[in-house]
Amino acid sequence: MPVEQTQLLYRHRNVPGINRLETYVAHGGYEQFRKAVAMDPEAIIEEVKVSGLRGRGGAGFPTHIKWNAFPKNRDVEHYFIINADEGEPGTAKDRDLMNALPHLLVEGCLCSMVAVRAAKCYIYIRGEYIEPWKSVQKAINEAYAAGFLGKNVLGSGLDFDIYTHLGAGAYECGEESALMSSLMGERGMPRLKPPAAPLPMISGVWKRPSVVNNVETAATIPAILELGGAKYAEIGVGSPRSRGTKLFSVSGHVNKPGIYEIVLGTPFSEVLDIAGGVRDGHQLKTYIPGGSSMGFAPPTPLDYPFDYEGIPQNTQTLGLGSGGLMIFDETTDVFKVTHRLVDFYHHESCGKCTPCREGLDWLSKIYARIAAGGGREQDIDLIWDICDSIRGKSFCALGEGAIWPVMTSLRLFRHEYLSYIQHGRNTYSEAGQLGA
Amino acid sequence: MAKFTDDTKRRLDALIARYPTSQAALLPALWVAQEVYGGWLPPEAMQEVADHLGVPASDVAGVATFYTMYNKRPVAHHRIEICQNVACMVNGADELIGYCERKLGIHAGEMTTDGTFSVERVECLGACCHAPALMVGSTYYENATEQTVDKLIAELADMPSESVNPPQSQMPEQGEF
Repeated sequence: MPVEQTQLLYRHRNVPGINRLETYVAHGGYEQFRKAVAMDPEAIIEEVKVSGLRGRGGAGFPTHIKWNAFPKNRDVEHYFIINADEGEPGTAKDRDLMNALPHLLVEGCLCSMVAVRAAKCYIYIRGEYIEPWKSVQKAINEAYAAGFLGKNVLGSGLDFDIYTHLGAGAYECGEESALMSSLMGERGMPRLKPPAAPLPMISGVWKRPSVVNNVETAATIPAILELGGAKYAEIGVGSPRSRGTKLFSVSGHVNKPGIYEIVLGTPFSEVLDIAGGVRDGHQLKTYIPGGSSMGFAPPTPLDYPFDYEGIPQNTQTLGLGSGGLMIFDETTDVFKVTHRLVDFYHHESCGKCTPCREGLDWLSKIYARIAAGGGREQDIDLIWDICDSIRGKSFCALGEGAIWPVMTSLRLFRHEYLSYIQHGRNTYSEAGQLGA
Repeated sequence: MAKFTDDTKRRLDALIARYPTSQAALLPALWVAQEVYGGWLPPEAMQEVADHLGVPASDVAGVATFYTMYNKRPVAHHRIEICQNVACMVNGADELIGYCERKLGIHAGEMTTDGTFSVERVECLGACCHAPALMVGSTYYENATEQTVDKLIAELADMPSESVNPPQSQMPEQGEF
């Protein structure tokens, strides 16, 4: 299926003035909300279920399961929360979407709010995203003026309010429960999850039914309502469980880095081609398929379906993640890249649990020592040992995500570590070698 | 000395009205306080926020110190914040940081003696597809080069920060409703 024919979210991406309400409406904007507001919430959830939509933030959890867990009445306030705390290294799609298509997000929120019977929505935007924040807030203001937000919207008898909430620089707040803590004015630390605690859909922010969805997930809802769930589910050329399109941020050593909307299941090699291929005169050494927490993958095979299920087991990466695809060519010093990531996770660890807080502190120190030429042979075992102490033992996924680039880089590029330990530098990347 | 004016308090009240609890307004309130106090949060600023929101000062301090973007020390007029994460790193961020350091005669994390500029290493700005990226105030500069830096420094040198970039905490007004 040609790419041009399957643009759903980005169909109008390059229409001048599409960030303004009148242009958006002229291109069919808010039609799906008009439809949704007259629909039975259960019918919307059913469409989303049939569509097979999975969360676009990284975990890929089926959206309808979250929504279906809400109480089926409006006895207490329900909250619909958007995670726009995009901070996963390599991921830049939500920023682009909020800058270019803020009304698509607002309409997606409105449709979703009908489905989960929420009157209030908070869009949690990371502190650095001032421009997207202004873009979204402007769209919200326009939507109020046009009567899509406010009291008794479109004569439905329903009230809808959307607020933006600006974060202040904490990667951890992209974690659902930490985001909810932060929204309530607390430090952004994660909370116990089910089964140890009630589902957020039963008791979330302010102990009220709440759900956190990614920007792109909400922005996909209008397309699902327009096409119908069944038609949406036909899009996708890979696994029957990965349907529709997804935004990918392709960065690193490619000719045309950028944000691309791609049909799930498109062969990885084709995705790479869409981004112009590895930069001219260079070869693919390794890549990270979906944001740094997914880890490094080897340069072969490349012809597998790029979707939630398609990433080959032998890559040992965690998967598609947030769609932050980073490409590295033979000039890349993988040890140095990993060191940078370790320092990133060390800085961003919230400090709540010991394995992540202490483990990443040690890893950071060991990487710094190796980089400075003080590496020892036994450091490799030590790094493995620390990873073992974090793996499956950290309170939230941050610790797990932090060690994945460490473990995958050690499996694939152990020789680069040894080069640093023996020579104090990376003889492989200096020589432009792809492997050992 | 207290710096919150009636206008500041009106803004804070409008923020509180967005949430079911006043504590929930803490993050946006700290942004407002940081703006009022000239770009950082001295203990008095945290105390004023605590008093107005009715939240314990210890909770305010706990939150203010948790988040990177609340400054606990005075900051330069123009902060050149360069992304150091991997997508930028493999596209020359380290070299760009080095260039800024040499040009301004300071190390990353420091500010010039007149307080005009600082160079800071920051984590992923979400501009991975246009690397390397840097941020000054609320504006992103993508695919940044040494020329970008030269131009920026020349342009910003004589300007007060407000005339170039609105303060980061400036709230877009919620629509009339």
